[in-house]
Amino acid sequence: MTQAPIKITPQLVKEHGLKPDEYDRFVKLIGREPTITELGIVSAMWNEHCSYKSSKKWLKTLPTTGKRVIQGPGENAGVIDIGDGDAIVFKMESHNHPSFIEPYQGSATGVGGILRDVFTMGARPIAALNALRFGAPEHPRTRHLVSGVVAGIGGYGNSFGVPTVGGEVNFHPRYNGNILVNAMAVGLARTDGIFYSKATGVGLPVVYLGAKTGRDGIHGATMASAEFDDKAEEKRPTVQVGDPFTEKCLLEACLELMASGAVIAIQDMGAAGLTCSAVEMGAKGDLGIDLDLDKVPCREEGMTAYEMMLSESQERMLMVLRPEKEKEAEAIFRKWGLDFAIVGYTTDTLRFRISHQGELKADLPIKELGDQAPEYDRPWTEPAQPAFIDPDTIPTPNDLKPAILKILGSPDMCSRRWVWEQYDHLIQSNTAQIPGGDAAVVRIAGKKAIAVTTDVTPRYVEADPFEGGKQAVAECWRNLTSVGAEPIALTDNLNFGNPERPEIMGQFVKAIAGIREACLALNFPVVSGNVSLYNETNGQAILPTPAIGGVGLLPDLSVMATIAFKAAGDSIVLIGGHGSHIGQSIYLREILGREEGAPPPVDLGRERRHGDFVRKIIRARKVTAVHDISDGGLAQCLAEMALASGTLGAEIALDAHAPHIALFAEDQARYVVTCTAEGARALVEEAWDAGIAAEQIGEVAAAGGLIVWPGASISHEELRNAHEGWFPGFMGVNPA
Amino acid sequence: MISAVIVFPGINRETDMMQALEATTGTKPVAVWHAETELPPVDLVVVPGGFSYGDYLRCGAIAARSPIMNDVRAKAARGLKILGVCNGFQILTEAGLLPGALIRNAGLRFVCRQVKLRVENTRTFFTNRLNQGDVVRCPIAHGEGNYVCDEETLSSLEGEGRVVFRYVEGNPNGATNDIAGIVNKTGNVIGMMPHPENMIEPLHGATDCRPLFESLLAA
Amino acid sequence: MKARIKVTLKKGVLDPQGKAIQGALGSMGFAGVEGVRQGKYFEVDLAETDKSKAMTTVKAMCDKLIANTVIENYEIELA
Repeated sequence: MTQAPIKITPQLVKEHGLKPDEYDRFVKLIGREPTITELGIVSAMWNEHCSYKSSKKWLKTLPTTGKRVIQGPGENAGVIDIGDGDAIVFKMESHNHPSFIEPYQGSATGVGGILRDVFTMGARPIAALNALRFGAPEHPRTRHLVSGVVAGIGGYGNSFGVPTVGGEVNFHPRYNGNILVNAMAVGLARTDGIFYSKATGVGLPVVYLGAKTGRDGIHGATMASAEFDDKAEEKRPTVQVGDPFTEKCLLEACLELMASGAVIAIQDMGAAGLTCSAVEMGAKGDLGIDLDLDKVPCREEGMTAYEMMLSESQERMLMVLRPEKEKEAEAIFRKWGLDFAIVGYTTDTLRFRISHQGELKADLPIKELGDQAPEYDRPWTEPAQPAFIDPDTIPTPNDLKPAILKILGSPDMCSRRWVWEQYDHLIQSNTAQIPGGDAAVVRIAGKKAIAVTTDVTPRYVEADPFEGGKQAVAECWRNLTSVGAEPIALTDNLNFGNPERPEIMGQFVKAIAGIREACLALNFPVVSGNVSLYNETNGQAILPTPAIGGVGLLPDLSVMATIAFKAAGDSIVLIGGHGSHIGQSIYLREILGREEGAPPPVDLGRERRHGDFVRKIIRARKVTAVHDISDGGLAQCLAEMALASGTLGAEIALDAHAPHIALFAEDQARYVVTCTAEGARALVEEAWDAGIAAEQIGEVAAAGGLIVWPGASISHEELRNAHEGWFPGFMGVNPA
Repeated sequence: MISAVIVFPGINRETDMMQALEATTGTKPVAVWHAETELPPVDLVVVPGGFSYGDYLRCGAIAARSPIMNDVRAKAARGLKILGVCNGFQILTEAGLLPGALIRNAGLRFVCRQVKLRVENTRTFFTNRLNQGDVVRCPIAHGEGNYVCDEETLSSLEGEGRVVFRYVEGNPNGATNDIAGIVNKTGNVIGMMPHPENMIEPLHGATDCRPLFESLLAA
Repeated sequence: MKARIKVTLKKGVLDPQGKAIQGALGSMGFAGVEGVRQGKYFEVDLAETDKSKAMTTVKAMCDKLIANTVIENYEIELA
């Protein structure tokens, strides 16, 4: 069936998310009115998600190189060298909006997409993490969203066979209308076995692999597709459904195919599937691509060129293959029960040409679609400076115990066991630290391991985007350090509101500046990332949430540190001194109901010095447990160390003048470590010699619980009930 | 002791199992693709964990009808030792090699955590190095591990001592009589939901399940 | 009154289960299977005796719980 050509009206252009000046630019570029298929293609390529048009100017300022960086941003994922010919391939990406619409499938396909990004580069996924943000617990949709998102992440990752080892879960009313689902995947490859998306060679077959194409997730196109067919209801943009089984088969088939030497270039079909992947392969390789859509394996009847080009059906790949290996490649895919079709060829024309049913549906310049897409310098305003909160104005509570327990059992601070027990965190047999510590640790081979974590404190970024940006990177770096790893590189997932509002753009600009400064100071480059803008509903934006996913290297697992207390009588040593910064603290929010003030400033020199010292004493086997101090302060840190041990506790003494400040301040660059009683003095002196504040504040107690002099005595059971109680209670869990 | 590990599309713990078998028995197992029609000559066949065919239709249902399963059934009838773990257990029940079925966890969610198992029968090829009543720590990772069977089967399992492992200090999935693993009447087919292959070296937090694999050498 | 509810995936929504079952039927030798779509079936016993009131209630049940109307359709039969 053929349709009469569709008239491109200003309304249709608007529906495709193109601004009038962008459309004019496009018409000028091609010298005529576009076809509907061309309009669809350009809307996909020039939208924020594919083109990074609002963010590119600022992303370019981030440090992306380093002696271990093999591939920085711009490919499917970043690649770092961890020695011995091993490479780690990783990236984090958002699937926010789809997860809000359909939490199970949205989060599942988010996980599927990021896993594909990683194995597209030749790496076998060895770890997955996810940074999740939900609305207020009391919001009517929150429970449904938490339940669906967690089940979707588990449903996909567990079936695919990757251990989900870490992440974050936060609640805040500012996410009521826009939840965040940021999924990170980490893969292992050989440094000489990395595959890229850049096509080389003219006249080579472009091969479609994986699952069939349906009308999944065709966005911005509601009206256009309605015009194609009267039965519009049945053809409305549909939710993408994940198929982890097909993806697992695709993984095995791709790795087998790569090992056979048949692959020249490979690109995952993610957002705007066929369009984005083909344009990227061609544009990067300075080649044209001709596609024949009659060859595309379709799941549904009567799909138009427009629909095929914009479909976001999952579990699909595009490759350029060596022609002589075509038969071998096809056999591998048939063995795994996957579709395999030659859908086009590379050309030397630099044109992107699409034919369907004997008609040329699109003929566009490929470079201008891809790496020469528009770029904006959006206006932005300087964020207001928040006021410093004088700790002396915060009264000492009569009783510290209820405050400690309330924080420990609060939605943001309680145990996430309910979440991570739904994720298979053990598969592949290499998980050396399960969720619940500072960073997850996954063995690579022999003694070598990597540490992985995701971090950001959105309320800090909201209060002061620059300091908050720095803090996100610093905390990630600190968490990797706390297990004994050397932080190597990071991926960022920058979630913000509408960049057309100058104050939101200001948050973005300043947060990036903070991230940049921290990356430089900590020698912690950005190798991949993703930007998610327009996260707002009715003019209310999310808290700015630049999630940072870090990877560190542990050369020797035998000196890995964990947060659990190890032996009664061990000394508890505070590295980095007592805190005094209470602005934006959990204490202020949970106990006094105030979300105010400046977040703790991040002194990056101090951060580096303290972290390097902690890593050194871990590797010299001088400490028995390590935990960084972050949200909730010293009290939360000690409680978590006690709970992780199972039975042991802490007895500490504090300055009687303001014990609540010492317990709950969230000053940065601080750690609690334990060591044998005999080793304590030498450890403290070693810190002093390095110019680092350190003091013994107490010791590990056989009795369990937390005793703070003066003022609080909490049993192990009270700690545990507070920490473990909230999440299952909130989700209404039946016991089994 | 030569073993074969069967690989179905969607299986994902075959590498864990093969590494555990090699580490504990000293011999590298053979991987056998589901489309094969005949098993190689081996002493033990392991059906590993994972999500064969995505667990679609019913867990293990499609894999149980794979070509290789005909030969597994035939050789099991002649006494070949078969071990099914997690999805492998589900496949063996679907294939009719073990009685009962595994249904959705009572809590309705996938659960990955360490549990405790009491060894109830030490006369099997997988438990002969343990003592009756020994308790071992072992992880589980499943969404459908709730063992059910009819009254008659249950009384025969219990009466004949064919419950091999039982959950203690908490039943993670609602399994009837806390059943975590069973053996067939002739003693050569064992199925269990927990993952002993993930509890054999210090990195796993404990080595409690090593003796299970070491039992294979004595059998 | 008894409501019989059939929940099926909307046309065009990928059905991984149906796809895997179709593949398995083929490899087991059942030739000519051109498609498999999986759905769910429910029987709900109601105290209501008025058919149109029952229909309204059951529709609400489907919209709010039994079906995920983002990806599923439902059909109700009352008897």
